[in-house]
Amino acid sequence: MSDLMKVSSNPHIRSKATTSGIMGAVCVALLPATAFGVYNFGLHALLLILVTVASTVLTEFVYEKLMKKRVTVTDLSAMVTGLLLALNLPPAAPLWIGVIGGVFAILVVKMLFGGLGQNFMNPALGARCFLLISFTSIMTNFDCDAYTGATPLAALKAGESVNVMDMIIGRTSGTIGETSMIAIVIGACILILLDVIDLRIPGTYIVTFVIFITLFGGRGFDTAFISAQLAGGGLMLGAFFMATDYVTRPITKNGQYLFGIFLGIMTGIFRLFGPGAEGVSYAIILGNLLVPLIEKMTVPKAFGKGGERV
Amino acid sequence: MNRAGERLYNGLIKENPTFVLMLGMCPTLAVTTSAINGLGMGLTTMVVLALSNAIISLLRNIIPDKVRIPAFIVIIASFVTLVQMLLQAYLPFLYDALGIYIPLIVVNCIILGRAEAYASKNPVIPSLFDGIGMGLGFSFALTCIGAVRELIGAGQLFGIRVMPASYVPVSIFIMAPGAFFVLAALTALQNKIKRAGEKKGKDMSKIQSGCSEDCMNCKESGCSHRFFGEDKKENENKEGEVK
Repeated sequence: MSDLMKVSSNPHIRSKATTSGIMGAVCVALLPATAFGVYNFGLHALLLILVTVASTVLTEFVYEKLMKKRVTVTDLSAMVTGLLLALNLPPAAPLWIGVIGGVFAILVVKMLFGGLGQNFMNPALGARCFLLISFTSIMTNFDCDAYTGATPLAALKAGESVNVMDMIIGRTSGTIGETSMIAIVIGACILILLDVIDLRIPGTYIVTFVIFITLFGGRGFDTAFISAQLAGGGLMLGAFFMATDYVTRPITKNGQYLFGIFLGIMTGIFRLFGPGAEGVSYAIILGNLLVPLIEKMTVPKAFGKGGERV
Repeated sequence: MNRAGERLYNGLIKENPTFVLMLGMCPTLAVTTSAINGLGMGLTTMVVLALSNAIISLLRNIIPDKVRIPAFIVIIASFVTLVQMLLQAYLPFLYDALGIYIPLIVVNCIILGRAEAYASKNPVIPSLFDGIGMGLGFSFALTCIGAVRELIGAGQLFGIRVMPASYVPVSIFIMAPGAFFVLAALTALQNKIKRAGEKKGKDMSKIQSGCSEDCMNCKESGCSHRFFGEDKKENENKEGEVK
């Protein structure tokens, strides 16, 4: 199908970027967070990551074999989905959670809508929300060998004080990949240097979120509170790795700014006024659903069109 | 009698209101949290559908065309009220489980659809069986959806635990999103079976309903053609006035 779509007149600019190259870069960029997660939470976390990745890749392979389609496992996108999903699971979750999540992400969210490029929401986040609604007690139980008790965000919401330095390094409870702000930012720097992502969406997302919690957080411009909110939960992972997903973000520049602002406001609303402590995944999924509208609003004017007619 | 059998088969399989005609989606998605709820809703609708079809068919030559929709609604609403009171008296647990969706049977588009497309143009006996067939098809579909949702979402079937104790229920399936997943999967399955039947050379095309055309693939909207025509004329007149 995509071969038939080359309708513009020549000359064409060909980019050297390939799907597998970009996805490979994302995998590499996720390695620091993955490694820190395994170091922080132990062997079970590693096993969970491996099982989840294996289930996403296998699901894609089996589906494409059964439907007699070209097997696209080698473009590594299923691997990125699996890795992102695993990083969003609590470290003590049983292995079958990873398998169900992986199958749901690839089969329902991605393949049934037409495969890579057609999915209307981020598969990893779709699966995370599916798991969160289905197995609430398992998905919100962050107790493991290394840590017990509430996540920093939940503690913050309950009015307790948290150690911001621990949160930035990542020595707290949480999902496997979200705890270490440093590891995620290192990965994000790799992606930015490789020109895979830019700062439009993450930048506007984080800035909007900071403004929102300053205005409505009830603590004013309290740096300790704001940095704890930034370092806690999935905000960094979501902003740099999931909101920037090529398929489910707006294409237009202005659309990307709008998208970031929307995500920031929604995350703030979920965190401050919602029943739970975290809301990044729901915010990004809602944003994904609005992408077609955002793009419709921000279609750039073609050269020579628009302006006043003389 | 042959015609009655054909109407039953039509309602149950060929024009199954849920999986083929895609009618009555509101109760389909809302009450199928368990097999027993689905079955209860389906049978309640079937009773109303069969009786209202029969009465509307009896009165089809008396009801003037222009007020036929209000007349149909009055007949349907009477039966729904009857059924609602009977349920409240004799099956209170079902009455509580279905709640607001019992009075809403009045506006179920299957019932009005069959009244409009079949009962108002056909004799009493086939109309009655059309109602029973459609109602059975609806009950069958709702029970299927309810059973799958209950099995996955609660590990039970008709209230009896069938999954092993170690099974963790996927509770999203007894919430609203689960209804969409199951409906889509079962509709896909139904289409697959149909296609396999067509490959074997069976005639799986829909039997034409009471009107001259097959409603789903009808280009001329034959069944309510007269009224579309009137609307058009009125619109043309209005446009003329504006001009």
